[in-house]
Amino acid sequence: MQDNPPPEQILDIAIAHLRDNVLPTLSGRAVFDMRVTISALELVCRSIVLTPGSDAAERQRLSELLGQDGDLETLNRALCDRIASGALDLQTPGLAAHLRATALEKLAVDQPNYSAYRRARQSQ
Amino acid sequence: MSATGIDIEKLNALAPKLTPGGRAVSDLKRLSGGASQETWSFKLATPEGEARLILRRAPESATARTLAISLETEARLMRMAGEAGVPSPRVLHVLAPKEGLGAGFFMAHVEGEALGGKIVRDAAFADTRPMLARQCGEILARIHALAPPADLPVSGAAHTIDELERAHREEGWPRPVFELAFRWLRANLPADASLTLVHGDFRNGNLLIGADGVRAVLDWELAHVGDPMQDLGWLCVNSWRFGAIEKPVGGFGERQDLFAGYEAVSGVAVDPARVRFWEVLGVLRWGIICTVSTTVLREAGPFAIDRPMIARRASETELDLLDLLEAR
Repeated sequence: MQDNPPPEQILDIAIAHLRDNVLPTLSGRAVFDMRVTISALELVCRSIVLTPGSDAAERQRLSELLGQDGDLETLNRALCDRIASGALDLQTPGLAAHLRATALEKLAVDQPNYSAYRRARQSQ
Repeated sequence: MSATGIDIEKLNALAPKLTPGGRAVSDLKRLSGGASQETWSFKLATPEGEARLILRRAPESATARTLAISLETEARLMRMAGEAGVPSPRVLHVLAPKEGLGAGFFMAHVEGEALGGKIVRDAAFADTRPMLARQCGEILARIHALAPPADLPVSGAAHTIDELERAHREEGWPRPVFELAFRWLRANLPADASLTLVHGDFRNGNLLIGADGVRAVLDWELAHVGDPMQDLGWLCVNSWRFGAIEKPVGGFGERQDLFAGYEAVSGVAVDPARVRFWEVLGVLRWGIICTVSTTVLREAGPFAIDRPMIARRASETELDLLDLLEAR
């Protein structure tokens, strides 16, 4: 077990430093690069918090859908093969719900401000 | 960015060719561009006062562009489009090899806003937005009526899907939603279209907008011969709505206005199902462009923090594809 503070809290402080103390001192192209850098660190922070839970949920859904066990990559490759062969499609019970849940789990990390994500969350 | 990389003396030597009586160049700055292509802005002293010009060029060290047409062809298309009534910057001079500045061309600066987010949100464009979708339809009809130069690549729907699938297999990462989209596209391939000139990247972000509407169509580098409905579908891709998801055309307008403008100029009825097919293909295309960003990253391209962030935007297209395929 690692000690406190947890990584997401350390990252939070580092991000706040870059945003509040470093960004205002920059000019030109460096402003853009620093903004993107801060966004990148925020993405990593969300991933640290959210991915353990979403990976477990995704694996659970994939195992039920495919009737087999394995790591996430193996299961996703198996799903791709079955979709590509036509064995599974959007009429297959559970497939659309699984793909939608997975896309939302990715976006919660990648881009929670994305318009289609916000709309999907509001309708949930 | 500094002006390093452009020989100002060579630029000064060209001044009379750019504008009659053109003399000295000043205020040279780089606007944007990657490793293979640059956009520069500068002022030119002329007898009528100072004029602002734009240079689009590939440095001599990087003249090979993979997906894109040559800059000479791009300049030719822009001239043709301008003569046919498509809002276009005036092309002033195409670089010759002996001029020593690489490949590219000069054009007149056009005043306007190209940032998609501002166009869909700023109060300054509130009265402009409702007219844009129809204007885009009219402009696209004029573009599609142009005679394509003989050296343009030809790519219809089936070929476009094959190329995308090749890029996707090369990335090698399992993406079940993309598999679903490939299946859907092949099952819903429209009948062969009569092929026309296609702009290839006609979207919010590549249009200069003023209070009176579209002032210039930019970035012809993906022009090719293909299904004209590709341009209409691409303009509706959610990523180019810049958050204004409820306005399907570029985040500023409605499909019915786009189609009406197109039909009024071309006399050709728009088939909404065909446009929708190209919207699905467009979303998948943007998703795969994002993932290719990862491949570039693995190959240790030039350091750019936005690369991995673009790669992580592929998930946006997965949700957009599901919304389209489930018809939400």
